Amino acid sequence: MTTPTTALVGLKQRRRASRSRSLRAWYRNGSLMAGIVIVGLLVLVAVLAPVIAPYDPIAQHLEQALESPSAAHWLGTDKYGRDVLSRLIWGARVDLRVGFLAVLIPFVVGSVIGAIAGYVGGIVDTILMRIVDVFFAFPFYVMVIVLVFVLGAGETSIYLAIAAVSWVSYAKIVRGEVIVARQQDYVVAARLGGMSHTRLLVRHIAPNVMSQAVIYAMSDIVMDIMAIVTLGYLGLGIEPPTAEWGSMIVDGQEFITTQWQQTTIPGLVVVVTSLGLSWLGDGISDLLSPDRRR
Amino acid sequence: MPSTSTDTSVHSEGPRMTAPLLEVEALTIGIRRRGRDDVRIVEDLSFAIQPGERFGIVGESGSGKSLTLRAIAGLLPKGVEVLSGTIRYRGDDLGGMSAAARRKLMGPQIAMVFQEPMTALNPVVRVGEQIAEGPRRHLGLSRAAAADLAVEMMRRTGIPDPARRARAYPHELSGGLRQRIMIAMALSCSPRLLLCDEPTTALDVTVQHQVLQLVEELCDETGTALAFVTHDLAVVNQTCTELAVMYSGHRVEAGPVKDVFRDPRHPYTRGLLESAPDFDDPDRVLVPIPGFPPNVAQRPDGCPFAPRCRFAIEACTTAMPAQEDVGPGRTAACIRTHEIGSAAPGEPVEVLA
Amino acid sequence: MLHRLRFIPGRLLQAVPVAFGVTIIVFFLSHLLPGNAAIALLGERATKASVAALTEQLGLDRPLWEQYFRFLGQIVHGNLGTSLTYQLPVGELVLQAVPVTLSLLGLALVMALVISIPLASLAASRPNRAGDLVARGFTLVGQGMPQFWVGIMLILLLAVNVRAFPVGGYGDGAGAHLYFLFLPALTLAIAMSPTIIRSLRASMIGVLESEYVGTAKSKGAAGLPLFRDHVLRNAAIPTVSIIGVNLGYLVGGSLVIEKVFALPGLGSLMVNAIFARDFPTIQGVTLFVAIFVVVVGILTDVVYTMLDPRVDLAGGTTP
Repeated sequence: MTTPTTALVGLKQRRRASRSRSLRAWYRNGSLMAGIVIVGLLVLVAVLAPVIAPYDPIAQHLEQALESPSAAHWLGTDKYGRDVLSRLIWGARVDLRVGFLAVLIPFVVGSVIGAIAGYVGGIVDTILMRIVDVFFAFPFYVMVIVLVFVLGAGETSIYLAIAAVSWVSYAKIVRGEVIVARQQDYVVAARLGGMSHTRLLVRHIAPNVMSQAVIYAMSDIVMDIMAIVTLGYLGLGIEPPTAEWGSMIVDGQEFITTQWQQTTIPGLVVVVTSLGLSWLGDGISDLLSPDRRR
Repeated sequence: MPSTSTDTSVHSEGPRMTAPLLEVEALTIGIRRRGRDDVRIVEDLSFAIQPGERFGIVGESGSGKSLTLRAIAGLLPKGVEVLSGTIRYRGDDLGGMSAAARRKLMGPQIAMVFQEPMTALNPVVRVGEQIAEGPRRHLGLSRAAAADLAVEMMRRTGIPDPARRARAYPHELSGGLRQRIMIAMALSCSPRLLLCDEPTTALDVTVQHQVLQLVEELCDETGTALAFVTHDLAVVNQTCTELAVMYSGHRVEAGPVKDVFRDPRHPYTRGLLESAPDFDDPDRVLVPIPGFPPNVAQRPDGCPFAPRCRFAIEACTTAMPAQEDVGPGRTAACIRTHEIGSAAPGEPVEVLA
Repeated sequence: MLHRLRFIPGRLLQAVPVAFGVTIIVFFLSHLLPGNAAIALLGERATKASVAALTEQLGLDRPLWEQYFRFLGQIVHGNLGTSLTYQLPVGELVLQAVPVTLSLLGLALVMALVISIPLASLAASRPNRAGDLVARGFTLVGQGMPQFWVGIMLILLLAVNVRAFPVGGYGDGAGAHLYFLFLPALTLAIAMSPTIIRSLRASMIGVLESEYVGTAKSKGAAGLPLFRDHVLRNAAIPTVSIIGVNLGYLVGGSLVIEKVFALPGLGSLMVNAIFARDFPTIQGVTLFVAIFVVVVGILTDVVYTMLDPRVDLAGGTTP
């Protein structure tokens, strides 16, 4: 006869067992390893930028403008005479940092709102989901662009704009998971055993539910970096003269016929970054939900 | 006089009057593994079906009976293949044919009815269209002519208001109706051989009986031979004239249904009959067969049934028993088969019909 | 089938509060501008007269709720305001730009299907072999490429190095339009394809293993007829749903592409309005696009119902 406690204990044991099974195999997971390597390298480059970048990314040397790649400037110089390679390295700092931070706020806000909607249900759920529907009607890019315009260009606006638009996805995911979770036997058993709502939510439901949100967050980082780079391209992102991959692409587009590498290489770097993050995300998602094979 | 195990005929005596419609000879089906022994799911299976004959293949889950049908139809699942042996349809080796030639047979010569009609019918196509597909492809009928044929087939399978029902989608019909659709579909090109893979298992008992009667009638009408796979002895008793009993991929007994059921000559067949309930004798003690069938990858040497067999002796575990003649048109693969008939009280075992 | 479409009025009704919410958000966009909205819009050096005129035009001196209802009233009459830059009704500008954007989206969708269906089929029929790896690789890389950068690369490869296509613009006449739309549509198609391929491949693998495909094979079906009548008809269903969900994101992406290729669609209208601080236009385009996405959502449900006879959306609430 399983009491509520033993039901919970059994669940914990099973989760621990499956997690240790998956942890033991992580180094054999190809995409996870590839992701760790690529992202690790990029983070390293970003952190060590002051040390490894050959030149100052924002110092202008107009007499050296638009030079082709050479021994002195491996990727040439842009229209203000700035070393492209150095800007690329310093740009990693900006894009990676902003991308990572931009994911956090909607993750937290959206998850909390979604959890409340899913757990409480009823009229609260209906109202919150209607609000979610309204936000869903606005295309991501349109809203982000408009909000950044309204709030003024710059880093803070980017965080606010992305947060305002992205939180809905997390809310929907977490709400869905909480609704499923709250009907599970272990929840019913715990409530029968007298556990408070908060403790139940935080200690037992959350760990099960958050894995889906984390998996989504991994692909969201990629999307956010795309958005940041796109904003940079449109001139709405990080203010110049700070080095940022998107603004580098638009700066280079002018000279596509002569110095095509200036517009191409930053884009390739974005592609590699996204690949690394995608692989990392796939790997983490495999770790977190080993029973939900892709 | 024991026959060799490669003797395809379940009738060990008498000259052949007509060539068999289907001849399965030493068929082995399994999974090829590199560097290790192949996993053999069906081993050294032989039987033959005469034109118009109703042949049952009986066994429990995992005996390989469904795979046998699928091998005949050329529908083995991925990874599973015919490792050795031949399947001959009207004398032609099916394995030696090109895929295209084999596909030409499927419909007008050989057709199959599956177990679960809900999943076996395309959910987004109207049932009339699904029945018409075969005739359009194989008989070259126009769209309209095929549609008419479909309605006619539905009428013959006892579906009320067939013209209207033809426009329905599978999920709008009951299980019994869906199975009738499957039968109509299978018979639409007038095949010579109908393969039925437990067609009534998924149906309500009351509907089962109707569907079985339907299959029998239609096969009688058209002279279609039937290869009927099931685990239900009562169904075999009602529907089939000849049968083969399979255990763990091997044929353990074969012969006319009435004879085999009246006087089983293999311990497994006996076990099946003794464990089956009988309305006419409600107080008879049911004797279940102890144990479980062996894991396909780890079959022991010798007779696969030996571990569970109450007649087993030392010699049973060393080699697979050969097929022994045990009567007119009957075989059993047991070295003690001649003792089985006389060992237990020889009253006929009735089967629920 | 018409019977199953009876969910439409209910869905339209559900869309009404969403539409209201959209108008509220769009309305409040203007009030997020710091300081006096009129000055913020016109810039520091605007004359007092023009500030006063704009204040009057936008009704900024009235109480908030009055402004909102005025705004709503205008929308209902189809008045989306007047563009500050062009001095033309925003509605007119939007209507001029819409065909361009719709053509772009339509052509992109067709191209995406042309790319995706064969790749997904190849991948699904021989999983983990060469074709599948190519498809999955394409999906992975495709998702990582910024759309506008893909556009620039296509310009570099096909318009600059090889003069096969124009660098930008829209041309005159339907034939010319198609020619000018080719590269931008291809860019969008490359952006759309990964999602479609992933979904289609997964659902095709499921369908290929299904019982009813076995039944079809038992009737002798193979090759193109098997694929068209049995596999695709079933596998397309979840993919249509996914395309519908992603359409909002794609509309946004198309806006940026229009900037890259200088197409006179909603995207360019929006982006130019942003740089010109032409707020009524920004507001008008945002409103239009949001309502468009809601309508597309309903249309997706209609298509979905038409494709899958088992679905009955009038039954309960959608999850």
